[in-house]
Order: sequence, then C-alpha cells, then structure tokens
Amino acid sequence: MQNNEEINRLKTLVQSLVDEAKKQGASGVEAGLSIDNGLSVSARLGEVETIEYHCDQGLGVSVYFGQRKGSASSNDLTPESLSETVKAACTIARYASEDPYSGLPDPQLMANDFPDLSLNHPWALETEEAIDLAVACEDAARGFDPRINNSEGATINSHQGIRVLGNSLGFLQGYRSSRHSISCSVLAGDDQQMQRDYWYSVARNPQDLENPVKVGERAAQRTVRRLGGRSLSTRQCPVIFSAEMASGLIGSLISAINGGNLYRKSSFLLDALNTQILPDFAHIFENPFLPGGLGSANYDGEGVRTLQRDIVKDGILQSYVLSSYSARKLGLQSTGNAGGVHNLIVEPGNHDLNGLLIQMDTGLLVTELMGQGVNMVTGDYSRGASGFWVEQGEIQYPVEEITIAGNLKDIFKHIVAIGNDVDCRGNIRSGSILIEEMAVAGE
Amino acid sequence: MALLERVCDSILVPHGMQTSDVDTVMENLMSSPVDAADIYFQSSRFESWQLEDGIVKEGSHSIERGAGVRVVSGEKTGFAYSDRIELPLLLKAANNVKAIARQGQNKRCRIIAPKEWPLYYSQQDPLVGMSDQDKIDLLRMLDEKTRKMDSRIIEVMVNLSGLHEYILVANQDGSLAADIRPLVRLNVSVIMQENDRRERGSMGGGGRSDYQMFLQDDAALSYAEEAVRQARVNLEAVEAPAGNMTVVLGSGWPGILLHEAIGHGLEGDFNRKGTSAFSGKIGERVASDLCTVVDDGTLTGRRGSLNIDDEGVPTEQTVLIENGILKGYMQDKLNARLMGAQPTGNGRRESYAHLPMPRMTNTYMLAGQQHPDEIVGSVKKGLYAKNFGGGQVDITSGKFVFSASEAYLIENGKITRPVKGATLIGNGPDVLTRVSMVGNDLELDSGVGTCGKEGQSVPVGVGQPTLKIDGLTVGGTNV
Repeated sequence: MQNNEEINRLKTLVQSLVDEAKKQGASGVEAGLSIDNGLSVSARLGEVETIEYHCDQGLGVSVYFGQRKGSASSNDLTPESLSETVKAACTIARYASEDPYSGLPDPQLMANDFPDLSLNHPWALETEEAIDLAVACEDAARGFDPRINNSEGATINSHQGIRVLGNSLGFLQGYRSSRHSISCSVLAGDDQQMQRDYWYSVARNPQDLENPVKVGERAAQRTVRRLGGRSLSTRQCPVIFSAEMASGLIGSLISAINGGNLYRKSSFLLDALNTQILPDFAHIFENPFLPGGLGSANYDGEGVRTLQRDIVKDGILQSYVLSSYSARKLGLQSTGNAGGVHNLIVEPGNHDLNGLLIQMDTGLLVTELMGQGVNMVTGDYSRGASGFWVEQGEIQYPVEEITIAGNLKDIFKHIVAIGNDVDCRGNIRSGSILIEEMAVAGE
Repeated sequence: MALLERVCDSILVPHGMQTSDVDTVMENLMSSPVDAADIYFQSSRFESWQLEDGIVKEGSHSIERGAGVRVVSGEKTGFAYSDRIELPLLLKAANNVKAIARQGQNKRCRIIAPKEWPLYYSQQDPLVGMSDQDKIDLLRMLDEKTRKMDSRIIEVMVNLSGLHEYILVANQDGSLAADIRPLVRLNVSVIMQENDRRERGSMGGGGRSDYQMFLQDDAALSYAEEAVRQARVNLEAVEAPAGNMTVVLGSGWPGILLHEAIGHGLEGDFNRKGTSAFSGKIGERVASDLCTVVDDGTLTGRRGSLNIDDEGVPTEQTVLIENGILKGYMQDKLNARLMGAQPTGNGRRESYAHLPMPRMTNTYMLAGQQHPDEIVGSVKKGLYAKNFGGGQVDITSGKFVFSASEAYLIENGKITRPVKGATLIGNGPDVLTRVSMVGNDLELDSGVGTCGKEGQSVPVGVGQPTLKIDGLTVGGTNV
C-alpha cells in the first residue's frame, strides 16, 4: 500500500489513548480514530450551486473497569483532548453498573489476517472537473425528455478516509478507504401534477461509477414514468419490491436477527434459529471479502474477524448477526458484526424484473416506499408506497398515495421469486422480490 | 451583551483567538465579489445514559467543536469547515470557498443585525446541573417503579441525554450573534408479553431546559405510566382497517401531520426552486377556514425553540396558513434574499460542518371551538389515531405519510376497539381542506421530535388540537 506514514501517526495516537486509559486505571480499553476528507460539488440548472470541502475527524474510547463500561468521543485530536476524553470515559465507568456481559471481545476472535480488500481508490478530482461532471449529468437529465421542467441538481461526491482501531488486547490496525458518488434528481410535470425522482451511482473506485450522462438519463426516465400517477382502490394483491426497495425489506430481516434486538426481545424472529423463515429456495449469505465491496471489511467495529458465512440456507435461519456483547447475552459467539453486516447477498434467481412481472401477471410493482412503519417487535409492516400497476405482466400505469401492509413473518414466508436484477449499490445486495399477496390501501 | 462575551470566552479564547481574528477572516472572505458570508462557531458537549436489564449499562460523553465558513454569490454557495478553531485554518477555509465567487454578481445587501433579542431558555449547563449519581438514581427509580406497574412487563429501557451548546455567528456586516442552548431528553420504553404476544410502549419528553424538568410534577414517572399504558393497549389491538375513511387525530404529537403535510413544503428553498407542491400558492386556499398554522421558535423552553437561528436571526412566530389561506414560507437568509422576502429565523444547520437551510422550529395549529368528545361523537365509522411514530414527505408530489402507533376504531360516535399501528397517507396541498372540525384542546408535543432533511437532523416541536379529517387513506391489513 502507498504511504503509510499517516496511518502510523494515527496508530500512535490510538495506542496513546489505550495507554492513557490503562494509566487511569482501566482494566480494558478500546479506542478508535477516523479521518475523512472530501469534496462535494452540486450543479443546478446548468450552473454550479454549492462547493463543499469536507474534513472530519473523530476519536472514540471505551474503557472497562472490571465489568463497568464508559465511553467518550471528541472531534479534537490534540493531546489535551485525548487525555480529557479518556478521563470522561473513566468517570462514566465509575457510575455505570457491573454488567457481567460487558468487556472486550474474546481474544481468540480478534482478526489476525488482513488481506488487501481494494477499498482505497483516491480520485484526483479538481473542483472544476467535478463541476463539469455534475453539469454534464444534470444536462443529460434535463435534455432527456421535454416534460423535464425543473431540477434539484446533480451532485458529485468524493471522499477518502483512514480508520484506526486498537484495544488493550494488543490489536492495532488501520486502513484507508474511499467512496465516490454521482447523483441526480429532476422534476417533470404540468398544471395537474409534479413528480420528482432520482438516480445515483456509488463506488469505492471512481472507474466503477456509472457514466454521469447515464445517471442523469436514468433519473429523468424514472421521473417522467411517474407522471399521471393515481391511487388504487383498496385490495389484496401480489406485490413486487423492485431491487432498490428489496434491499430495505431484507434489511428488516437482518434487523430482526440482530443480537441487540434479540436480547432486548424486540424482534419478531426470537428463537427463530434453525427454523424456516424464508421459502426453501432462498439463500442469504455474507461475504465481507469482496474486493472493492462497499461493505467489505477484515474486522468489525471491535476488531473481531469477519466471516464468510450463510445466514439463511434453504430458507432456514443459520446464524444471528452478533457483536461480542449481544453474543454473550445470548450465550453465543460473536459473528463479527459489531457495527452491522458486511456485504449481505441474497442469492439471485433466474429471472430479471421483466420475468418477475410476467410471473406476477397482475399486481403492484413498488418502486418507492415512504415512512418508518415497521414494528420490529411484532413484524407488523405498513408503509406508504408508489410504483406501477401491472396486468398481464405489463406495466399499465403509475400509482401513488397508497400503502402496502402485512406482517413481515408472513411476507418473508410468502416470497414467490427473487430476481437477478441485483442492486449492488449498498451493503445489502438483492434483486427484485415478488410477494404472493399484501394488503394495498388506497382511495 | 454578557451572553456574547461568555460565548466568545468559551469558543474563541481557549483556542487563542479573539474577535479581531474573526474580523480578519471575514475581511478575507469579503475581499472577493460575494453577496454574503458568514462564519459559524460551535462548541458542544453531549452526554447520554442508558438503562436496560435493570442496570445502568453504559454512559457516553462527547465533545464537538469547530467552525464553518460560507460565502454566497447569487445562487452559488461555497463552504468549508475546520474542526480546529485556529486562525490559519480558518483563513485556509476562507481561501478555498472564495472560488465560488469567480462569476460573482456582487449584489451585496446589508442586513442590519439586531443587537438584542428576547431569550426563551436558560443558559445553564444541564450536564452539571445534576450530579452523575442523581442521574443514575433517577434511571434506577424509573426502572423499579415501571416494573411494578404491570406484571407482564419483560423489558424496561430508559435513556437520558443532555446537550449544552455554544454558538457564535459572524456576519458580513461585522456583527456577532451568540447563543447558549441547553437540550435534554428522557425516554422510557417497555416491552410487555402476554402468552406469545409481545408489544412495545414508549414515551419520552424534553426541551431546552435541565434535568430538573423530569422531576417536576413527576414528569419522568408520567412518561413511564404512558409507555405502560400504550403497551397494554397494543396487546389488545386487532387488525387495522385498510382504505379511505374519516380520521380523528388526537392533540399534541399527531401534529406531525402538519410537519409532514405542509411544513416541509413551505420551506423557502423548495419554493424558490419551484420544487414544492406549494410553490406559487401564496394567497391560495390550502386548508379549510378552520385552520391556522404557525411556526414559532419563540416558545419558552420548547425543544424546537431558538433565541436566534443558526444565521444569527432572532426567531419569530411565522404564520404559514391563516384561516385556510397560505400566508408565507419559512426562510433562511439565502432564500429570503433570492425571493425578495425577509428571513424568518428559520435558518438552521445540524452543526458547523453542515450548511444552513430553511427548517421548522415548533409547528402547530391554533385551537378551534369544538370539544374533542363532540368531534369523536360526530363520526359514525372511522379511525381515532392518538399516537404516532415518524413521518415522511415527497415535497414535489405532495404525498406524505405518518405512522400511527396507537389507534382505535370509532363506531357510532364512540371509540371502541384498539387497532394495530398503521401508516396514514395523504396529499399535502389538499389534506387540510378536508379538516371539518378543530378541537379546543391545543397541545404541544412532549419534546422528542427530530427532523431530518438532506441528511441533517435538528430538534423540532409539533402540536395541534384534536382534528377531524374527512377522508384519509389508512394503511391497515383488514381490506
């Protein structure tokens, strides 16, 4: 890897946090530090609108006095601040209760292999060049269709950072990573109606970004296809979650098998391990080691090794999503998921979205969801939606101002098909998902 | 002004800066042909304590400080910030952002900054206003008493948090405006189990005050009682109805309706750009004549209140809708200038590292004439929604949602069975035209709201009297 001087400097700082906490009496310490620099440029109606220079830094420390824990953070990396932050964490630990489950991770689980995951691809992007890209992206959107009549602009983002993590078990690691994106949002309309939609592309390597013109065109196409949207009458019908929406649906499943929700009994999937939660054709696995993956990582937020593993196999739940603490609460071992999952992949089926539309024949294709109407405790699901009404496997007209509802336990069991039109822009990768039936409320 | 001195002493002096250094940065910014510029300094301390499983598991403390430098030229904005409040770094930030002015129009307008304004909350630091031991004792007492309220309770979670923030805004005219902002919050949530069924109940409160507010009138305990009551109700809830029906919204927190349905659509930036469903509708009817809606940052001690906004403009009560007619937008300086309007004290930002934009403070509907019982009594068949979770709006299409967490059927003028939570969906520009009754029971929420816009979170308040809406889509499962 290139120039490691800066990482070494930050490692020294993290080590000094660990040492300082030990000096103040802590029996266990975990410390982390991050630096993030970036440029964000947006253009609207053909001209630059904002130029933002980002430079964020922060440090966090957790201390253990036996089984008592305290945490503190600061965005000031000066030596005085480091010492103050440690002191603040120690003060809190003194007041916290003994918790038999708290503490550093099991030393055997700490990561010790650190292959290059190709996470760092700096973009030598000058401000002027970023402006040109944003303008080109928005121009493509505005020129796509005469009905596009206004814009929220296009934005180019480029970020690069360093993360360092250390603890008193002797773990001390750091790595660089980058993240770049292009996004565009435009409006279309007439006297009757105004619609807006967007598209974006995100990647660790700028060369993997979609062409700005394509991003703009896609934003415009998504916007104009919403024109003429109307409500539906209230009914039960099959529903397809488009790939972009499907990752959110799978996100709810992951949340329900997250250790924190499980030990708080705030999940509709308590005691679901080794039981059927999805149809038997469904597989979900985690692959933290995808080169350049947005969720790729050799270790989790505690330094615990990440795992390539099945989460759901043949529809049966194989494993929870656990940190050291939640694992101990449940009498299990950490799965390396402190801070979340790392590239969760829903195995694609044989058909693309078109194939799924044909399979559904008549029903609702959902392309946008609104609100937070998911009850993790009960699995009750009710959210605002918009999308398209489908008959004989073909899109008939856009729909809006409707809700879709059901219970997630049933929804997951009644997945009929998973598409191969995988959306790879996030930490959860899924194709479109066809559900046998949901309640749709409208006018 | 003593407040200004206190803030300068706290933000600038420890970093070896003086107000003359701020002038130096401002002169540098204004040496380019820009229309406006500001520098925003912030220094804040935050703490939180969590109780679960009967023990205070964890506490955390964080410090955030820094300064953001902004220049505006026409519709163009340049922005940079530094986590270190040091003159050379601020000058570097200033040099970076001036690039935006290369096609500057130089229509500088002088806004005369007021020297004094009323204060709506105390400057005391809530973090030190109560000893750590007393904070712990409060959490433990709540846990103990909550568990005794119902034998079906299987989990109790209590969160206590406090923020103390100093802000200083330097404007292009050389004026300085300062504020000291406390903010506290307490939340109790319970999970109750009966046979195989589990349900949650949750209640919290807070404001720009100190932790003592949770001890007055047993406020903390009343949150616990309310959380338990909600969980009990939810254990009895049956499937919610699906479809369009008459909906009666309770007073207080259901005012999230106003925040989503009309509030966001009336923020200046969307209207200047013509991207809001409310663009160009000033003077038009957007609600029944029973509706008057205001945004008011001047309410004493409220979560959404501010003495001055994050651009140094004193807050005010802004009338958004008066007797059903759209009256005005909420403005920050940039959008007010471009729209030829006055700033309304709604320029807010999450922190020094974020750009300000028009945001709500406390948004509520004024009381009407009717008794709430009379309103429910007038409905033959419908839904009574008393508590809500979050909401969201597409400001362009006007479609908005908000999710009921406690609701009941109304049958023949009476509240009957509780139903499961459901999302309600409507169209912002016309939902309020269907308000047919407005209660005399205006209530503001208990102080837990956080609003997100373009990735920035700010604390807000909402409120309303009991309302009857003739037709709103309810997203239940009972088709």
